[in-house]
Amino acid sequence: MEFQWIKIPYALLSIFIIFNIGMLINGVVRKIGARVGGRYGIRVYQPYIDLIKNYALRSNVSHGIMFYLGPVFRLTGGVGVYLLVPAIYGSVMFSNFSFAGDMIVALYFIFFGTLGMALGAGEGGHPYSALGIGRGLAQVTAAEIPMVMAFLGVAVQYQSLNITTIVAAQQGGIMNWTMMTNPLITILGLIAFLGTMMRSPFDIVLAPQEIPIGPPTEFHSTFLGVLQTNRAIFPMAKTVLFMNLFFGGATNWWILILKVFLIYMVSVIVGVVFPRFRADHSIRWFYKYALPLGILALIVTSIIF
Amino acid sequence: MSLKDLDKRMVTGPDGEQFEVDPMQDYFCGEVPKVHKASSIKIWENFLNWARSESLWILGYGTGCGAIEMRPLMTPRFDAYRFGVQWRPTPRQSNVFVIGGYMSVKTLKRVIRSYEQMQGPKFVLGLGSCTINGGMYWDSYNTINRLDHYLPVDVYITGCMPRPEAILAGVEELKKLIKAGKGEGQNKYAENFEWYKANQKKIIKNWDMPDYNW
Repeated sequence: MEFQWIKIPYALLSIFIIFNIGMLINGVVRKIGARVGGRYGIRVYQPYIDLIKNYALRSNVSHGIMFYLGPVFRLTGGVGVYLLVPAIYGSVMFSNFSFAGDMIVALYFIFFGTLGMALGAGEGGHPYSALGIGRGLAQVTAAEIPMVMAFLGVAVQYQSLNITTIVAAQQGGIMNWTMMTNPLITILGLIAFLGTMMRSPFDIVLAPQEIPIGPPTEFHSTFLGVLQTNRAIFPMAKTVLFMNLFFGGATNWWILILKVFLIYMVSVIVGVVFPRFRADHSIRWFYKYALPLGILALIVTSIIF
Repeated sequence: MSLKDLDKRMVTGPDGEQFEVDPMQDYFCGEVPKVHKASSIKIWENFLNWARSESLWILGYGTGCGAIEMRPLMTPRFDAYRFGVQWRPTPRQSNVFVIGGYMSVKTLKRVIRSYEQMQGPKFVLGLGSCTINGGMYWDSYNTINRLDHYLPVDVYITGCMPRPEAILAGVEELKKLIKAGKGEGQNKYAENFEWYKANQKKIIKNWDMPDYNW
């Protein structure tokens, strides 16, 4: 594959757009949450003001090199996942750096941010950070198993590890989406998706009532700003990845925004309906229900396709 | 932990090697706060001040009885979120410290630690008459009378206790101050650091922390 320089401005533009979509969806979701609770709620553009404020704080305290690198690794994880996934199918500008084995590398990058954050928050030295990291790594590992199984199922079904090929195979109407052709794998994928979205019942990492607020306890000003930036990009990157694998991808930005919003709302609705698991419940839940479902889904997939 | 644990001493490690431990030096940084100048580009500083005033993150630390008036602010009736006010669980990420009424000597120590750990520009709201002149506790043996002898206070809200409406009005007042570039409490604290420290040490007898808590 020949490298083209023009891909760099395209990628930057792509990141800029997904960042803004992420910020707005964050604001809209919090607004919806407030309205459901009978409040007027934050302004939709509040996340932008918070971000500017955090980047503009005049003082900051560092705890060492890894404390610097933690948020950077986290952001790398988010941007890395996003840049490997074709955002708009069939678009030269927004197909990002999708290549033959991008699904495998995307899986690596989903874990990468958590590991980086573990090192950074560990150096922060706060006991809640260490607790949050222990829980986070255990949960990500538990949720990674159904996720890998779901990805494997999709790869078996389409005989490809290239996300662009998988999206291409799903074109031509809703009946061609993995959601319709292989519902079991889609359910498995959504379970794994819930496990990585840091929302209730799987929000044991930030756990506001137990270990407020977990790993980012010591992070402030610019460090927190970088983490907030990632908080806009990373969930969107994961959602775009799942949209491509299970829900037919998107052929323009409007369809992408609609699908991403709806998939994101799955985690939000599950979050407001179910209370938080304890750490051991959450991990046991993945091994007890998601793992057998994954094995079943893989067997069914390999028999049918 | 007692004060003796903070003394400099020799410790024998598991391998039998001897090393010196000085907890006050090992765990804390001895530096004093610095004055952080505002940006010299006026329009840029105004923009940043606007962002600071519209994104007030309050430290979730109820220091006195007035803290009970902060709970209704989060709920549907008063809903302070619509004014850009949010709560944070850690001092590192907060910008506004709401002192909820009377300040006992024991609480003052924790408040100073928390205030110094907050990253600037940071602001202090004093709630109720207790923070202004001691209120009904003015001759109590274990409360302070004037809060601004110990921390730079930006806005006082009168009342005993102030209703949530009054707190919202105080927040609006704080916003005006920040937008006008007058929310420089952090720099005031740094400039008059010795004076504040002397006042604090006059009140707190068991001073077992560094002079400035990073």
